Amino acid sequence: MSDDVVNIEVDGKPVVAKKGQMVIAVTDQIGAYIPRFCYHEKLSIAANCRMCLVEIEKAPKPMPACATPVGEGMKIFTRSPKAIAAQKATMEFLLINHPLDCPICDQGGECELQDLAMGYGRDVSRYQDRKRVVKDKDIGPLVSTDMTRCIHCTRCVRFGEEVTGMPQLGTTSRGENMQISTYVEMSIDHELSANIIDLCPVGALNNKPYRYSARAWEMMQHETIAPHDCVGSNMYAHVLRGTVKRIVPRPNEAINETWLSDRDRFSYEGIYSPDRLKKPQLRENGAWRDIEWDAALDKVATVLGAAAPGKTGMLASPVSTLEEAHLLSRLATHLQTANIDHRLSRADFSGQDSDPIFPWLGCDIAALEGQDAVFVAGCNIRHEAPILAHRLRKASLRGAKVSFANRVRYQHHFAVDAYVEGAGLVALLAGVAMAAADGKELPKSVATVCKGIRPSAEQQRVAQSLREGKHSLVLLGNMATRHAAYSVLRALAACIADFTGAKLGNLSEGPNAAGLHLAGVLPHRGQAGKQRNSAGLNASTMLDAELDALLLLNLEPDADVAAAADAVAKIGKQKFVVALTAFDSGSLRACTDLLLPIGTFAETSGTYVNVAGTWQSFAGIASPVGESRPAWKVLRVIGNLLHATGFDYMSGEEVRDELAAQIGAITPDNSLLDTRVHAAANGMDAAIEVDVPLYSVDGLVRRAAALQLTPAARRAAGEGK
Amino acid sequence: MVGVDDMNRLISYFKTFALWELFRGLSVTQRNFFRKPVTLEYPEEKTPQSARFRGLHALRRYPNGEERCIACKLCEAVCPALAITIESDVSNDGTRRTTRYDIDLFKCIYCGFCEEACPVDAIVETRIHEYHMERPGENIMTKDKLLAIGDKYDAMISADKAADAKYR
Repeated sequence: MSDDVVNIEVDGKPVVAKKGQMVIAVTDQIGAYIPRFCYHEKLSIAANCRMCLVEIEKAPKPMPACATPVGEGMKIFTRSPKAIAAQKATMEFLLINHPLDCPICDQGGECELQDLAMGYGRDVSRYQDRKRVVKDKDIGPLVSTDMTRCIHCTRCVRFGEEVTGMPQLGTTSRGENMQISTYVEMSIDHELSANIIDLCPVGALNNKPYRYSARAWEMMQHETIAPHDCVGSNMYAHVLRGTVKRIVPRPNEAINETWLSDRDRFSYEGIYSPDRLKKPQLRENGAWRDIEWDAALDKVATVLGAAAPGKTGMLASPVSTLEEAHLLSRLATHLQTANIDHRLSRADFSGQDSDPIFPWLGCDIAALEGQDAVFVAGCNIRHEAPILAHRLRKASLRGAKVSFANRVRYQHHFAVDAYVEGAGLVALLAGVAMAAADGKELPKSVATVCKGIRPSAEQQRVAQSLREGKHSLVLLGNMATRHAAYSVLRALAACIADFTGAKLGNLSEGPNAAGLHLAGVLPHRGQAGKQRNSAGLNASTMLDAELDALLLLNLEPDADVAAAADAVAKIGKQKFVVALTAFDSGSLRACTDLLLPIGTFAETSGTYVNVAGTWQSFAGIASPVGESRPAWKVLRVIGNLLHATGFDYMSGEEVRDELAAQIGAITPDNSLLDTRVHAAANGMDAAIEVDVPLYSVDGLVRRAAALQLTPAARRAAGEGK
Repeated sequence: MVGVDDMNRLISYFKTFALWELFRGLSVTQRNFFRKPVTLEYPEEKTPQSARFRGLHALRRYPNGEERCIACKLCEAVCPALAITIESDVSNDGTRRTTRYDIDLFKCIYCGFCEEACPVDAIVETRIHEYHMERPGENIMTKDKLLAIGDKYDAMISADKAADAKYR
């Protein structure tokens, strides 16, 4: 027997435990439940609720299981009369000040205190004095507070300190006067803040947009996938009579652990926004009118069928599912056009032929926290992927050196080793590349760019940390992808990675950029990255071309097409524009001729491929709003009407499986094949990197009412505070 | 010898001709003819009712006019016939209120569980049992209808609750 295990006995059964483990962790593993409120496996140990008291042989008093490490020969009794008596006494104290408002409390039915009160509470209270009443705090539009219900477990306080890295909630006073609050009157302002709703064992912190609208027991729980960032967080949607009422995280250690970003949690409000397009709309002689689905689909088929080969364009946003992407790509093949793209915000397409098959993080999501050095360039990671930012924070807390290169210094919630800050991203990276090369000869492709650049101390520090780290990673964010000199940035990043022995990774936009790459929604590549004979028009050149028909999927030209500020005008010039959209927006009406209502992620089945290359399918869970239909079905019918072969899919799974079979096994590879020699950096940084605000990434988020009231959204809208 | 069977047959034969069964029947009629009648002239006359009679539902208010119902949905959860449908939301004054409270009288089995489950005595089953529907859809008792019944028969409901209170 090795030294790091101990033999203990739980309720008479011998158990082998790891040395240093707490008693409650061991009993959880073997399924002997000990009641608890303050203990949470992702948070530090506070031992302040005293609910987990158990009897331990030779201990004079009951011991808290969450704060008692196991020892050799320890005998633990979780259900002995002494343990039960201690737990019941604790429960009586906890219930002294807890109000009896379970019937109006949203936590009712899923409340840890309510559940345990059933087992450990007395049926009649012996307490005769006045109960404590605490004023509710206004901590923002996402979390409602009923502080009288608080039992001071301090999970929310520890979450703020340990997970978000920004202690916004804290305790004031002691004993009966103890209160949980923001120290000064303010909204909590963090992209993971709403996780305190799940952590709170009672109804003190609750979901504000969901407030009073349903009960835990009457909703159906459906598994689904977050549709906003490249992480693809796992979540549950709680659905009542076909309506999504709230979203909660679904634990998955490989992806989101037990957390969920606020964006993923509250964006469902957009599904029921008044902006939803409810019926197909056709513009005739400048005026919009309702049109039946049959007639609308016939119109699309007629227009697409009549378009000359190569005169059709298709633009999809990265929110589109893999199934939609596959059908769109097949439709393009049928129409003999390669004008199909999803890289709406990219500005530099020059190196597209040497792009990796799909944007890949360079490692698994969970492996991010095991890195020793990470250099993130052109990325406000807390906005782009809050869950990845949390992983980086965990790496940093472990001692990893995380450094950044950005135009401005973004606020980070962990110690940043070096911050390379300045106007031009190309120059910043060139400096790091010079430092990484450390006098060695630079590859030809970036030699000109780096010429004459002297690395600063910060840049040296970055290169050194990458070199020293056993596992190091260079990450290019979305701001780099949107940069006008993306191919240069990529060459520089690859050069840095090469010299320092680091891996190279890429963040991607939207939930499914990887899937759209694989499905061939690209002008130069078909399914599974197969090179097309001749490249079609990309997202940028398509707008300048004169097309007979343009099909837009899931996008709003004014907000989603970053490359062209005048996208609305340019799209409006095309002969006939069809938009498959969930939302009815002014910008779409200004530039399209036909609007087809499609479902959001909750109303359609689909698959998202995340930045680590994980395929995650989800089912349609909510009733469609108005006459909206799943986009893959719309595309399938358009295929039928155009008499395309093999478009008789009966289910979304069939579409996905067909594509999966075509793709086969793909090993993600980020090694750079681009050997072009880049010109000097001068002038390449003219374009300012675009940082898309946290709550503006797609149509759904832009219409989520509560998210738009958050301090982050209001700052982005320039409203101060 | 004349057997027992032959004897019985002979008695039965005479009884048939003496209209014996008829007179036996008429004797019942005669007995009841002079008894006090037990039937009531419904609807002019009515049988006495228990205060616990479970008839048409009503939603009650507090004396100050505030709705009692807090949309806890316990009645909906306990209803064995799934006759109750509730939708709730935050009201203008920030309290938890129903935006919809429907009872389908065709589904309801008048078990009274909703009344038992209610933590604020909002939903009650009144003694009213004389009602009818003429058109489809009238079987759905909406929140407004239920509140109207509660308002109209408040005195009766309060008296019934008071009478039953000592047994609770």
